[in-house]
Amino acid sequence: MEAATETGISVTVNGEERRLPAGTTVAGLLSAIGLAERKVAVERNLEIVPRSTYATVQLAAGDAIEIVHFIGGG
Amino acid sequence: MDGSANIQDDFWEVAGRRFRSRLVVGTGRYKSLEETAASIEASGAEMVTVAVRRVNLSDPGAPMLQDFVPPTRYTYLPNTAGCHTAQEAVRTLRLAREAGGWNLVKLEVLGPPPFLYPDMAATFEAAAALLADNFEVMVYCADDPVAAKRLEEMGCVAIMPLGAPIGSGMGVVNPYMIRAIKAQAKVPVLVDAGIGTASDAAFAMELGCDAVLLNSAIAHAQDPVRMAVAMKHAVIAGREAFLAGRMGRDYKADASSPMDGLIRRG
Repeated sequence: MEAATETGISVTVNGEERRLPAGTTVAGLLSAIGLAERKVAVERNLEIVPRSTYATVQLAAGDAIEIVHFIGGG
Repeated sequence: MDGSANIQDDFWEVAGRRFRSRLVVGTGRYKSLEETAASIEASGAEMVTVAVRRVNLSDPGAPMLQDFVPPTRYTYLPNTAGCHTAQEAVRTLRLAREAGGWNLVKLEVLGPPPFLYPDMAATFEAAAALLADNFEVMVYCADDPVAAKRLEEMGCVAIMPLGAPIGSGMGVVNPYMIRAIKAQAKVPVLVDAGIGTASDAAFAMELGCDAVLLNSAIAHAQDPVRMAVAMKHAVIAGREAFLAGRMGRDYKADASSPMDGLIRRG
């Protein structure tokens, strides 16, 4: 279990399972996906992740992440 | 008297924010983001409604609404479209607040098709939850003066009864109750939903409403940008007509030209 190959974690992002390196932060996830931080909002296990903490909040195995943005609506 | 100066002095206020345009427009149902941007600009609106949805992870570089309708220029009014419970509404708007940094929101909890009529029991519950979470709530509601008054007393900052079902384009089908809701309200009243064309928007304003909220009437017009211009003028015309005070109605004629001084034979 200590092997380097075992250090990845699995999280759910917008309903899709995703493998990430252990220690990935919210900022790291957004960057890996290719999203601008200022255009989205992030929820982790039903809790809002404040934008100011994106660089420090590390994801844990099994986290359910929602990444949303504004779209056209009435 | 300079009429244009008077129009400039006319504004409405919600949650401490002043708006000169009395037209609030939705950003949905357009063919493209370019068309959305052009139509909204042509409408002269200062406030726009927006929805909150998951980012498409398979196309993260896709253009976003914010790039075309900048929140620095327009006041975004995030909605709860698609939410059927208070919990979903609160969850959605908390995300909107984090994405946008503001707390002025549009609450709408809808019943089932074919009318998508406001579900008032669920709306009351969601309004209470949002108000407790320090949101400033503009609320879509039934054209029911009792429900409207209760929402106002709960602390909602604007009351938004439907003119007709969403996207129906049927106009203001119950002007009697829209007028009644406005007459008793101490917060802004907006007709939201049902507007089909310019005369509907003008009519809503002639009833004394503070503003009109519409989306499909522009987005589904054959020429959305042109209809946006029409709506801009309609809302101004309706507001001015309301302020001017219309003449009375009568079943008999009252000649416009004097009868004195007519030329006569002989």
